[in-house]
Amino acid sequence: MAGVGLLNFGFEFLEIFAFIVLATVGLAVIFGMMGIINLAHGEFILVGAYATTFAFAAGLPLPLAMLTGVVLTAVFGLVLERLIIRHLYGRLLDSMVVTWGISLVMIQLVRIAFGNAAPGIGIPFGELPVVDGPAYYLVLGVLAVGVLGGLYALFMWTDFGVRARATMQDAETARSMGIDTDRMYMSTFAIGSALAGFTGALYAPVMTITPQYGTGFLVEAFVAVVVGGSSVIVGTLLASGFLGSVNAVFTNVTESTFIGLVAMLLAAIVTIRLMPDGITGFLETVRQRWGENR
Amino acid sequence: MSHGTSDELQARVTGLLGGPNVMGNSPAFWAGLAVAVALLAALPVLFGYYAAEIGSVFLAYALLAMSLAFIWGYCGILSFGQVAFFGIGGYAFGIVAINVSTMGGLTLGLVTALVVSTLFAAMLGYFMFYGGVRDVYVTILTLVVALVLHTFMGQTAGGEWAVGDARLGGFNGMNGVPDLGIGVGLIGYEFGIAAHYYVTLGAVVATYLGLRVLLNSRFGYAIVATREDETRTEMFGYDTTFIKFAVFTIGGAIAGLSGVLFTTQNNYIDPSVFGITAAALPVVWASVGGRTSLLGTVGAALAIQFLDYRLAISGSEWALVVIGSLLVFVVLVIPEGIAPGLHDLVVSRRSRSTSAESPGSDGGANAEEVSD
Repeated sequence: MAGVGLLNFGFEFLEIFAFIVLATVGLAVIFGMMGIINLAHGEFILVGAYATTFAFAAGLPLPLAMLTGVVLTAVFGLVLERLIIRHLYGRLLDSMVVTWGISLVMIQLVRIAFGNAAPGIGIPFGELPVVDGPAYYLVLGVLAVGVLGGLYALFMWTDFGVRARATMQDAETARSMGIDTDRMYMSTFAIGSALAGFTGALYAPVMTITPQYGTGFLVEAFVAVVVGGSSVIVGTLLASGFLGSVNAVFTNVTESTFIGLVAMLLAAIVTIRLMPDGITGFLETVRQRWGENR
Repeated sequence: MSHGTSDELQARVTGLLGGPNVMGNSPAFWAGLAVAVALLAALPVLFGYYAAEIGSVFLAYALLAMSLAFIWGYCGILSFGQVAFFGIGGYAFGIVAINVSTMGGLTLGLVTALVVSTLFAAMLGYFMFYGGVRDVYVTILTLVVALVLHTFMGQTAGGEWAVGDARLGGFNGMNGVPDLGIGVGLIGYEFGIAAHYYVTLGAVVATYLGLRVLLNSRFGYAIVATREDETRTEMFGYDTTFIKFAVFTIGGAIAGLSGVLFTTQNNYIDPSVFGITAAALPVVWASVGGRTSLLGTVGAALAIQFLDYRLAISGSEWALVVIGSLLVFVVLVIPEGIAPGLHDLVVSRRSRSTSAESPGSDGGANAEEVSD
């Protein structure tokens, strides 16, 4: 019996962990790499979800429908970057305010265009044996880890990653070294948008899709970005692991998802109080101090 | 009373209310403001009770707008969660006034609501500013607080979520909140529609003048200095952490008061006041009107809410689209907002035509906006 309980707990953790990682990752890439806080992040996720659900309703198989969602969100992000976002580089607060305006417009436009409900998609893969829940959440967990790994490889090991990081660190020097910085900004924003679209697509079968769909991801995403700190990918991983386990423990013990959420937020608040620069910022200081003492 | 002392008095009053930290110091500005307030005061007489009802709500929003302009425009703290204090004020009043159903309960409700929202802002501010949370993280945290309150109040639908006789009611909201009033025990006065309107207008004017006095005091200079360059201000020996904490708390108190005025007008409050759309509105008002101009922000709040109302009664769903687009447009084209933009325009034109004249009036522009 204890074994089943443990398995259930592990499953619950995986479910929450995957949700936080996937909710955060698009926002974290755009914030960490470009210094733009995208308050329309939830609505980028919304675009992915709507595109997926309508493509699926039109008869496409689910993987292709999800791909449609990702591609459409990336294109949407690209257009927005060219029209509006590129004027806001280096204006952090303005970027938040403007993207919030975009978010208001999009929620309402979606409501006007599609009404308050969208066609649903059934959860694929069926139920798991032993553990209480659908197998699809296991897939989400694997994908969440896969996305983080893929991003790490992309930004650390490829030529594109080096160029992108150089642009973000010092755009002028990067330009003088022959990097097309404008294109780097564009593609990084498109990657962040695509990731948001991917999240929307993945959660389209699980959550009811309404114009407010994107708002459901916001709290977890922002909390994880703040707790994770400046180092995007490692930060997202650590923050999601930490917040996810707090949430899973409290949800499991009290059997109330709401108390789990509150416990997670309190943990986040205490973390920020102790480490204002987030977990990765704290680790960086520790590492530096350790280096000095040797 | 001799001529000399009245001049002296006038100089002292102007010195108290005016100064380089606020816009609008000329006699023309004050005359314009007086006309605008007089027009607002005449509104219930001219258009009747219904206008007073709507007007009260708009003026409560104007107060909320001012709370954000004060902390963001003058101290550089961008809070996305002013609605948190607004909603807490409203709910606190409702809980107390429903439970203590006497005239004294109304007074107690008002006092409790102000104390609770102020304390909540102080706690959040203490935690953030003394914890070393900065800039954009303050903005994110305040938004998260509002959204979490939204989730929390939304799940209070069950019967166990009640404080005495006051049922929180989940997304259906809290019904039967009494009118605003003042009294002790059973004796007192409950404000009707028109009286509520004048109380709200009075609160807006008093808060505006009060904030002007504060901003032109020595403390006000320290507030503005903190916005301009925090490190340098700290080097001069000012406790910038305390300044930010104090400003944030005052902003929370003003937002709490506006929440009480809003809730007592509608006799109702629901969790949507904490929602992401509601949380965006103060930011829209301050950005469009110009966060460094208290009156500009007030004017923008009145104008935008009036527009929203007109669109809503004509059955249009496009209000939020228009408001959101307006926000994007203004931040891209006039980053400092409309009122400071106009102010700069007026000042630069005047200094070009008559270089010796002292500049500094945006009375015309603001009065026009306020009379919307």
